[in-house]
Formats: sequence, C-alpha cells, structure tokens
Amino acid sequence: MSAEQIIFLIVALVTLVAAFSVVTSRNLIHAALWLILTLFGVAIFYVLLDAGFFAVIQVIIYIGAIAILFIFAAMLTRRVMQDTGPQTNRNWWLGALIALFLFAGIALMLVNWQGFNTSAPELANSGGRISQLGLALVSPDQYVLPFELASILLVAAMIGAIFVAGEKKS
Amino acid sequence: MNFFSDPINFIANWLANLLLGLGVSQAATTVILKFIGAGLVGTFGLGLVIFTIWLERKLYGRIQDRLGPNRVGPWGIFQTIPDIIKIFTKEYITPVGADKVVYNLAPILSVSAVLLIWAVIPFAKTVVGTDVNVGVLYLVAVGGIGALGIILAGWSSNNKYSLLGAFRAVSQIVSYEVPMILALLVPVLLGRSMGVNTLVNAQGIWFVILSPIAAMIFFISSIAETGRAPFDLLEAESELVAGYQTEYSGLKFGMFYVGEFLHAFTISALTATLFLGGWRGPWAEQIPILGLVWFFIKTFIVYFTVVLIRISMPRLRIDQMLNFNWKVLTPLALVLLIVTAIVDKAFYLLIPGLNISQSLVPWIRAGVHLLANLIILLITVQILKSVHIKGVEVVGKPRPVAVAPEPPASVIS
Repeated sequence: MSAEQIIFLIVALVTLVAAFSVVTSRNLIHAALWLILTLFGVAIFYVLLDAGFFAVIQVIIYIGAIAILFIFAAMLTRRVMQDTGPQTNRNWWLGALIALFLFAGIALMLVNWQGFNTSAPELANSGGRISQLGLALVSPDQYVLPFELASILLVAAMIGAIFVAGEKKS
Repeated sequence: MNFFSDPINFIANWLANLLLGLGVSQAATTVILKFIGAGLVGTFGLGLVIFTIWLERKLYGRIQDRLGPNRVGPWGIFQTIPDIIKIFTKEYITPVGADKVVYNLAPILSVSAVLLIWAVIPFAKTVVGTDVNVGVLYLVAVGGIGALGIILAGWSSNNKYSLLGAFRAVSQIVSYEVPMILALLVPVLLGRSMGVNTLVNAQGIWFVILSPIAAMIFFISSIAETGRAPFDLLEAESELVAGYQTEYSGLKFGMFYVGEFLHAFTISALTATLFLGGWRGPWAEQIPILGLVWFFIKTFIVYFTVVLIRISMPRLRIDQMLNFNWKVLTPLALVLLIVTAIVDKAFYLLIPGLNISQSLVPWIRAGVHLLANLIILLITVQILKSVHIKGVEVVGKPRPVAVAPEPPASVIS
C-alpha cells in the first residue's frame, strides 16, 4: 500500500464516522463541529484527487462561511439546543432499507464499470490549471452564461436580504 | 550545494540520502521529510513567540517609561521562560455548565489556525514549506478556522461576557475579512499567480511601491483580524472582563495568549511576504541563507509597527470599527481592485507600441500603478473630508428636570 492509499483509508474512516455523528449527536453545536470535520475530510479527498483549488474553496465556503453561520445561529439559541425527543420515527426501517438498496445499486454499477480498477492518469499542465479554470469561466463558448447567471442570482439574493433585514423608513 | 550558503536544504538532502541508504523507499522518504519539516516549522513558530512576547513587553515598557522585564537573563530576555513554567503549574478551571469538549478544543483551534499559515510562507529562495498554487486562497481559508476557535471559546464557557466577546468577534473578524481578501487580490493581479512563492519571485519591485493602498488595507484589516488594539473589542477589559477568554485559566489561557502573539507576528510575516518582497534582497539569489535574514529583518520592521500601533492607539468603539470597515475600507478596496485591473491590462496593451527598452518596462509599470494609487488616495481623502460619516449618537438627549409630583389633596388640607 502506498502512502496515498493509507491516507485515503484513514481520511475515509474519519469522514464516515464524523458524517454519522452529524446526524446522531443531540447537541446542535457538536453536530456542527462534526459537520466541519466531515467537510475537512472531503477537502482532503480533493487534495488526493490533485484538485487543490477545490479543496481550498471547500474550506473557505463550507467551513469558513456556512459552518460558522450554523454555529452562530445555534449560539443565539442556547436553551433549545439540547434535543431530548426520540431521534427516529416509526418508519426508520424503511429509510434504512431504501438507503441500503441505493448504496448496493450504486456499488454494483461502479463495480461493473470498466474504469473501476484502472488508476487515474496524471493530469497534464499542473501549473496552469487555475488559469485555465478562470479563462473557462469567462470565455463565451464555455461557461460565461452560467457564471453570470449565478452572479445575478447572488446579487438579487443579497439585495433581497438587505431589503428584508433593513430598517423600514416610513 | 554548500553547507554555508544553504544549510537547511543541505541537511535535508543528507537526511534523505541517509534514509534511502537504509532501504526506505523514495515515497516514504518524502513523507518522512515533509513531516519533519512541518514539525520544525511549527516548533520554530512557537519558539519564536517566546522571543516576541519579551520584545513586545520590553517595547511596551519603554513607551510607558518603564524598564520592562529586566531580571532574568541579559535585558530580561529569558523572562518568558519562567512565565511559561509558572503557567504550567496553574490550576485548570472548567466552569459549571461549560461544554467540556468544545471548551478544550477552542484554544487548540485558535493556535493551530495561526500555525497553519506558516506552511505556505517562503522563508528563503530554497526554504519553502509548501508551494501550493492556491497559496493566497489557503491563507483566507485558514483565517476562517481561527474565527471558529474564538466563537467556540466564547460559546462554550457558559458566561455572558464570553458570549458577548464571541458575538463581537464574529462581527469584527467576518467583516474585516472582506477588505482583506479584496486587498489580497491586488498582489495576485500584479503577480499573475496565487502561489505565495511565485508572488515573491514576481516582486522585482516590491508590491508596496506598486500598490501602497492595498498594502495599507491588508495591514489594517489583518490587525483587526488578530483582535489587538485598537481593534481589541472582543476582549475589551472595561466592558467584557476579558471577552471570549474570561473563563480560561492556566495553559489554556496561555494557548490563547500564544495564539494572539503568534498571529501578530504572522501577519507581519505575511505583509513582508506579499508586499515587501519576502526574502528578496541583495545576494539573496546566490546565497539562500541571506534570504532568511532579509525576510526576518522585514518581518521585524513590520512587527515593530504592529506593536507601536497596539501601544499608542486607543480602542475604537464598535460602531466606529464597523463604519470604518464597511464605509471606508471595503469601497476603497473595491475601487482599487477595479482600477488596478484596468490599469494593468491597459498598460500591457499599450506598451508594445511605445518602443521602450525591455529593462525599463517594470519600472514604468510601477510608476503607472503608483500614480493610479496616489490619485485614488487623493480622491478618498477629499471625499472623507467632505462627507461626515454619521455615527451613533453617544451623547444623551437632554431630559426634563425632575419635578416633584403635586402632593395629594389630603396632605395639603
């Protein structure tokens, strides 16, 4: 086993345990912290896939922004954070069954896929990949339309948030 | 490779050859060397804090007309070591109702977030931790984890003042990240790369000359990120006891303390790297170890400024701090980013037609950018002079003088 495989196995184990703990832990802040660990694990997967840019973006957006927002929202509600009710309802076995079938189906499909056993080829042009990505986002025959649409959507959301939260001047 | 010109790589090579000679595979050798390097950088950073705490206390003392630490060692230079030993013997107090796991996790997070920054700082031409091509984004990502440490510390302490400190920390750190990231984009634009080492290599002329406003915005907003005076609202003693670290004692408090001092030194190192040319200096290319010397001279000059600002400035009020961020720094950074992008693009479009010798091009480019920066600065100052930013009214409104109520009729009669 190479060092990369050992790192992959350790990170995969930690990520799975953390992801499981996100849904089972009763304390909201603890769940948010487990979520951060899970997202970190995903970021490490990106690094192992040679996609450093996505790893860093994952950390900035999901941990630096979204997880902190979760924690901040939970901080404001200290008293209702400890949930004591039952964590499952009567249909839990149905959900587990569907999840199991889904997992089995995806696993079966992946095992039968011809590329399952071949290792990924080395990516070319390791230095200029970020500039390629940047150019692809603004070049007219590639992704400029989705990129600009997303920008407009975000600006609209921001203006809406400011309008909703802002003081009403009568 | 010579021991005297580049000792660190010399030792690393010797160690690698030793391991290979022992029959360790090439990949494993790389992993082992990386781990040793990471350990050394982390230990070096923490060891440096012992010195910078002394330095800061000494400067603090001199400015306040005191002697500062002067008992242990020459000029009191070893004062921090007895302090560390003392802090080890202190009792750990965990308040009732505190969330134990989170309470203990917070100091670790706040120190490790700062140490993580050191992974991408190039110390010399050949001494680079990791030259990731997204280094600048990595710096931003790591900053978010530091904010997380402070928030968790404030929340888990089960203390009103800690929680208030954490609230302030969120508003301050998250707000000041905006102009900091925008200012960081200017060196990225000028150096055409996000890798920190590539940016240092691109600084034939320091970026502080090309874009002094970006350097200033980055410097100010990173001081705000560290949460030191004049931005130390998150631990304002007169209002919040000690803010998010109120309940911490012993070494856990020490971790926050070390984290804060290390952060102050780290932002100096970052400013020196991104704007003052990092390890660049005379003969740094030929003799790599000289780069280390230049790097630390620049870092300590910036650090001295950070300490001076901390000592001599009064604390800002929360509304002043947020107004300054959102109404001055952020618009300025946005304008600067757009102007820099346009000027740089226009410069490279126009320069082939002007028939100037190749060696002069960087200097003319620096001059054009400097001119654009000065014009922006001039306009900003004029606007700031003419517009009065409306703050919160702190003076109480005049209230009517208390008048004794009319006594009931029964008393009069």
